[in-house]
Amino acid sequence: MTRIRLAIAAALLVTASCSVIAAVMAPALADDQDFTLIERGRYVATAADCVACHSLPDGKPYAGGAALQTPFGTLVAPNITPDRETGIGNWTKEDLRRTLREGIGRGGKRLYPAMPYPAYTRMTDDDIHALWVYLQTLEPVSNAVEANQLPFPFNIRLLMAGWNLLNFEPSSFKSDPQKSEEWNRGAYLVQALGHCGTCHTPKSALGADDNDRALQGANLQAWYAPSITADKRQGIGNWSVDQLIAYLKTGANHQSLASGPMAEEIQNSSSKMTDADLKAIATYLLDQKPSEGKTLAPLAADDARMRTGGAVYTDTCMACHGGDGKGQTFLFPTLAGSGLVQADDPATLIRLVLDGSRAVATDSRPTGPAMPPLGWRLTDADVAAVVTYIRNSWSNAAPPVSAGDVAKVRKTLAQAN
Amino acid sequence: MARKLPHKDVVIVGLGWTGSIIANELCDEGLDVVALERGPWRDTATDFNIGYAADELRYNSRQELMLRPAQTTVTARNNAGQTALPMRQFGSFHPGNGVGGAGVHWAGITWRFSPADFRLRSHFTERYGAQAIPDDMTIQDWGLTYEDMEPYYDRFEYLAGVSGKAGNLNGQLQDGGNPFEGPRKREFPNPPMAQTYGPTLFAETAAKMGYKPFPIPSSLLSRTYTNPLGVTMGQCTFCGFCTNYGCANYSKASAQTTVLPVLMRKSNFELRTLCEVLKVNLDSTGKKATGVTYVDTSGEELEQTADLVILCAFMLDNVRLMLLSGIGKPYDASTGTGVVGRNFCYQMANQVVGFFDPAKYNFNNFIGGGATGMAIDELNNDNFDHGPLGFLGGGSTRCAPIGAEPISKRPTPPGTPAWGSGWKKAMRDSYLSNLSVGCEASSYANRGNFLDLDPTYTDRLGRPLMRITFDFPENDVKMSAYVTKKVGEIVRAMGAQQAVEYPRTGPWSTVPYQSTHVVGGTAMGADPSTSVVNPFLQSWDVPNVFTVGANVFPQNSGFNPTGTVGALAFRAADAIRSHYLKSPGPLVHA
Repeated sequence: MTRIRLAIAAALLVTASCSVIAAVMAPALADDQDFTLIERGRYVATAADCVACHSLPDGKPYAGGAALQTPFGTLVAPNITPDRETGIGNWTKEDLRRTLREGIGRGGKRLYPAMPYPAYTRMTDDDIHALWVYLQTLEPVSNAVEANQLPFPFNIRLLMAGWNLLNFEPSSFKSDPQKSEEWNRGAYLVQALGHCGTCHTPKSALGADDNDRALQGANLQAWYAPSITADKRQGIGNWSVDQLIAYLKTGANHQSLASGPMAEEIQNSSSKMTDADLKAIATYLLDQKPSEGKTLAPLAADDARMRTGGAVYTDTCMACHGGDGKGQTFLFPTLAGSGLVQADDPATLIRLVLDGSRAVATDSRPTGPAMPPLGWRLTDADVAAVVTYIRNSWSNAAPPVSAGDVAKVRKTLAQAN
Repeated sequence: MARKLPHKDVVIVGLGWTGSIIANELCDEGLDVVALERGPWRDTATDFNIGYAADELRYNSRQELMLRPAQTTVTARNNAGQTALPMRQFGSFHPGNGVGGAGVHWAGITWRFSPADFRLRSHFTERYGAQAIPDDMTIQDWGLTYEDMEPYYDRFEYLAGVSGKAGNLNGQLQDGGNPFEGPRKREFPNPPMAQTYGPTLFAETAAKMGYKPFPIPSSLLSRTYTNPLGVTMGQCTFCGFCTNYGCANYSKASAQTTVLPVLMRKSNFELRTLCEVLKVNLDSTGKKATGVTYVDTSGEELEQTADLVILCAFMLDNVRLMLLSGIGKPYDASTGTGVVGRNFCYQMANQVVGFFDPAKYNFNNFIGGGATGMAIDELNNDNFDHGPLGFLGGGSTRCAPIGAEPISKRPTPPGTPAWGSGWKKAMRDSYLSNLSVGCEASSYANRGNFLDLDPTYTDRLGRPLMRITFDFPENDVKMSAYVTKKVGEIVRAMGAQQAVEYPRTGPWSTVPYQSTHVVGGTAMGADPSTSVVNPFLQSWDVPNVFTVGANVFPQNSGFNPTGTVGALAFRAADAIRSHYLKSPGPLVHA
């Protein structure tokens, strides 16, 4: 037994020495352990929110993530620590570059666009280099991840060649010389690193971004990620730059509190970004003009749905959100004038009423208040009525919601739980 | 044998108000802190869901947030000549259970004790002479002054977002506040609560009679507030479900709404729930604690070693753990020697219920809150001359409509039939038109009132139950009769057709709810022969044990205790951070 252990130890030592030799032998064309470069790489990883998918909530960072449910099946983000067996320890920088820019991993493996390479394709070479250098500094974690858990035929990676042919073209970030440097930095952060469109841009039937409606809101994993354009009704057009910065930095602003997937984004990524970058993002987003939306008139107050919804609201919602729909700052979101509330797709609003949700807690806004679940108490018709009421009160206007819409969300949530 | 766990710097027993305040402070000091809580995790959205937070059957009748007697209870008797019997249902008082402790289901009234309270024996001696204090009244000084406490009251009030009006700012009396309070360095963090009709009428009437009414200091918030830790609380909605309930609206200050959001994020803090501490372990010298032994839900005994042990459980449990662990000399009532268990006190809860003409008065007490209302302090403590009266003490008088729950609040005037159409009519007439004015009064220590380990009854783990030996001393009964009569005068002047006076009278019964303000048992003080902990709440006998809670009160004032408990928690934490950690050992040499 002891002898076997010794043999293993010896083998390990040899392996270890080899890698040391390899490191020593590699030509030092640039200082890959340069402090500034590593820090920049860490910042790129933060802004790109790699940790969100590539880690488990209580696991080691970057050692592989939780299952991601896509309309086509389950995918798991792999281990991207420099472990040779189970991570990217055998990769070259070129492997990483092709992964990010072309969606083709080491050995020609085609990635699924759950990995947001349609966004990362716009990353600059300098950022990719810095990210590569940073990833090399991580502790190698041995954790084998089966990334592709899709059912046939989607599990055939070669299919993605066809998908890419239809939906993807490697490109690079193109700045707009008409706009300020700040605006362009924001555009880069939104389009490339931040990959905001992955959640917020509507998808085609094949799951590709519908770029004509970029950032105008999309439904993903039973959450509707609302419009983050300057649309005044459904988007964030009424927010100032500072209010948007506050939201991204602290998770809460004068109107809203982040929860769901956005809470994770804020926790992992935007709360750790520089104020200058957040300002750049805000400058860019608030300059995004939505496509011409139809003007909507609110439902009449004497509509039966409004009367029922008003009664449910008074009983159940008003104590926190107020008779005027204004809520309480940093605690209970303002419903009046909210883009999420007035979004054409009410999925998130319905889900919040049914299932509740905890707001993100950050160092500067640590409260993390929660909307309590109320689905146990309200029927589908009650929820439909109250959501319709909220969407059409206090100058809000949005299409009414039916009990069937609620039933659908209830069913999705039951399956997810 | 208990399985030994990796060492921690600090183990805290109980994660309510005091445990969470101290844990947060010591984590800021960089210490590795673990809290052991015998009850479950509790959180606003899940446990105080707005859809059922006001379920009276669940929370009031069935006491869901309280300790289950099957887990542990107490035995009680009125005097040493009786055999104590176990309380199989909590009645007279309601020990909390779970994270947040009794601070989850409290009313939210948040006083400072008056300057005289902290040097009570000295004060009475100076004003009335030593002979004015009865021989069996074992009241004593706290070993500190109001001035020592002021900064810590301030910290607790700003943590909790207390809503009120200062009566004394740096010695300058302020209109509209309590003129009898000790000087504050600054105003309350939030303005007073709005007042409903009942308290408004009470205040107008009292003012006409020469009293100086002021709003009750409330930890139900008058507006949205972000405390110094960055935690945001909501504005109270006057839903009327505070006492015995958790707050669904983040409006009532509790560990959950003020500290835990910050504490739970700290990587050097760990909470273990459903873990009941059996005892504090001492080394062979008996002068140093090595940690605690506890049992989890699997029934396994675990030993948590730590450099510092802080008992922050409900006051009865703190006293019991001291006795079970052999920390300090147990009190012997027959000789008056020993200290642990001595000076157990309560609160004299007096009340006057006014029945008004239903055609003219609609108070609608359904709109209310545990700490809304107006108060006067003329009848409290030593704010009036006790010279000719033959008793000491008094109480804070307040008209505080705490809500009128549909099951239990059935006020009818005396003489009403107990059932049938006569009862229904009286109920209809008086539900909206009755009004209560309470006088929450002092409870002074008596040689015959104490806590010790029961010789007969044990808990599920085989440990003796805490035994309460208590009755209302003659002094307190006389005081109650006096102040209640005064309150009756006010209620009649308000226009009540009938004012029914309920002064607290003996014998003490464990059955009807009176107040959860049980205090004392490990009194603090400057003299180790009459106190268990020094003025920094450190055990005289085992200096790496502290205990924080109402168990350190030497006697009770005519005020609700939580403000003082919270201030003491901040003060103990400050003493540990500023002095103890630099040189572990006794902070006071007696």
